[in-house]
Amino acid sequence: MSAATIPPSPAVETPATVPLHGWGRTASTRAHLTAVDSVADAVAALRHAGSRGVIARGLGRSYGDAAQNGGGVALDFTRLNRILTLDAEGEPPTVVVEAGVSLDALMKAALPLGLWIPVLPGTRQVTVGGAIGADVHGKNHHTQGSFGDHVLSMDLLLADGEIRTLRPEGETARLFWATVGGMGLTGLVLRATIALQRVESAYFSVDTDRTRDLDDLLERMSTGDDAYTYSVAWFDAVTRGRHLGRAVLTRGNKARLDELPAKLRRDPLKFTAPAFGTIPDVFPNGLVNRATGKAFSEFWYRKAPRHRVGEIQNITQFFHPLDIVAEWNRVYGSHGFLQYQFVVPFSAEDAFRRAVVMIAESGHVSCLNVLKRFGPGNLGLLSFPMPGWTLTVDLPITDGLDRLCRQLDELVLSEGGRNYLAKDSRLTADTFARMYPRLQEFLAVRREVDPDGVFRSDLSRRLGL
Amino acid sequence: MDALGNPRSVLLLGGTSDIALAVARRYGASGAPRPRLVLAARPGERRTGVAATLRGEGFEVGEVDFEARRPETHAATVEQAFAEGDIDVAVVAFGILGDAERAWVDAEHALELAEVNFTAPVHTGVLLGQAMSRQGHGQIIALSSVAGERVRRSNFVYGSTKAGMDGFYLGLGEALAPHGVKVLVVRPGFVRSKMTEGMDPAPLSVTPEQVAEQAVAAARAGKELIWVPGAFRWVMTVLRHVPRVLFRRLPI
Repeated sequence: MSAATIPPSPAVETPATVPLHGWGRTASTRAHLTAVDSVADAVAALRHAGSRGVIARGLGRSYGDAAQNGGGVALDFTRLNRILTLDAEGEPPTVVVEAGVSLDALMKAALPLGLWIPVLPGTRQVTVGGAIGADVHGKNHHTQGSFGDHVLSMDLLLADGEIRTLRPEGETARLFWATVGGMGLTGLVLRATIALQRVESAYFSVDTDRTRDLDDLLERMSTGDDAYTYSVAWFDAVTRGRHLGRAVLTRGNKARLDELPAKLRRDPLKFTAPAFGTIPDVFPNGLVNRATGKAFSEFWYRKAPRHRVGEIQNITQFFHPLDIVAEWNRVYGSHGFLQYQFVVPFSAEDAFRRAVVMIAESGHVSCLNVLKRFGPGNLGLLSFPMPGWTLTVDLPITDGLDRLCRQLDELVLSEGGRNYLAKDSRLTADTFARMYPRLQEFLAVRREVDPDGVFRSDLSRRLGL
Repeated sequence: MDALGNPRSVLLLGGTSDIALAVARRYGASGAPRPRLVLAARPGERRTGVAATLRGEGFEVGEVDFEARRPETHAATVEQAFAEGDIDVAVVAFGILGDAERAWVDAEHALELAEVNFTAPVHTGVLLGQAMSRQGHGQIIALSSVAGERVRRSNFVYGSTKAGMDGFYLGLGEALAPHGVKVLVVRPGFVRSKMTEGMDPAPLSVTPEQVAEQAVAAARAGKELIWVPGAFRWVMTVLRHVPRVLFRRLPI
């Protein structure tokens, strides 16, 4: 037998590719999806990273292409999901978790101990790693900041295989704040220590107001938000004319024990997540159209009370009504949808109004429209929140949407605002660069810690990150 | 490719062809971001001129040398085309019509048609498929012709080359689907372009812009095969089944 017939050493087994897309179900690409069960797995994955690179993937709730990596490796972190230690007595109370723990699991573990996750986005089905990478925010941003503000430390696996513990202050601060909001492009978050808050109950005391129009809404939010930890408005982006931008404003605080009715007081930290099952994948394109959008908007507005004070609501009612049904994104059909979220400074209130008019007049139908006042931003180099108004609209993919999005981009840019990368699926590298003034600092950090560009995603290629 | 189905980069093989250029312009229309273009064509004044015009229109344009009849250079062409980043859409738009009556008596001319219209598209098609599989996404738009659907006496050398490349790209689409790569085969009728200059337009003739509009719409919709104009689908369905004794008497 000659030496030539000896087979080459077997290549590291790479799994076959699978199609991956974001929550918006658009622009799918195929990647090698590799499960990470241990830190050793993650290190091994980096060692064998090919030219298409590696990106971490959690529960796939980013709307666009942040957690997909065409032709490369996507590391499924959802099995690295242990809660390592929970210190309920500390000041503040803290929890150490692996990156793949979902906020849902963490909340269910912490709540019976009277502990609360300080920042929850619109769904609990996100991982801690994803929450850091996108620096997610919730309805309490104006009082609590974003997720990164509550991370006390994290372990980051760098491109060269080193694991570094990062803290928000001191010599590791620069990399810490590049990683918060850094969309997974500085390294793999392995575990994090998060500061929790104490709560007396799992309920909220909620005030609801229906506003006549947009002016009424902005006025009420500007003057009243400070009295509430949580504040958010749903507004009607379909109805035009006099009632343009009419809204339902819900604001609340964590309910104290003495605010609960006697029945709930017996078990104030009880939490049951209702689930009405999974939406089947049978919806045609075009179901969310002008007629259904108008009917929904009318219903949603009318069903809210005109003015109600001190209603006790549970977590699902107040926070995550959409978590009741799994895979709700399927109602948009196979063409998918995009979520457009931007923020503009408070000084740009007029531009903000123009944006709402632009959306309502465009003929594109958005049913889930969220308006919120942000508080101060943090040091995250690519973190999204900044003081100002943020608006989110859900738009089914239809012809002509490019034009509306471009007009909105221009408006956001002209006011010094920006779009949220966790939602983005269509910005150009050029527009993005003009939205994020600290991009060059981020790129400098990235060149230092990942000079060969091991960490890559479809988003990073699209935006030149 | 973004969420709205806009490619961010388009490779034009046959980068100076009227249809290829019309496809590129179509992708950048209606408020969509203009894709980065890579023109793969023979170096020279024509390519330089086209690139300058496109840059003037606001496109970012790269140029890559491409000689259809030099297969030994194709791998380098494709490699260079992908060197600056992913290619979202590749348009295979090169080809020659030739002289129909010369082509079946002049072996050299027949060979030229076969190499440019069939061998080179097959060779580059394999290379494109490999490059796009590696990036986990991509779409190929292959310009075929109704002439290949039922080859007729009046231009059977050209028709037979198109029949071959048409079949190849339909099959390539099947083979590449599991790798995230899509293929669209476009069968235009008579296109009033540089290629057909001086000829009398046949019935149902179209402009390069019309071909581009239909091709881009079909590509966005993820279709695999279209006719331009659409009516050709039904015309060809009938013609395909006409018995030979009748077919040879038809004035086509």
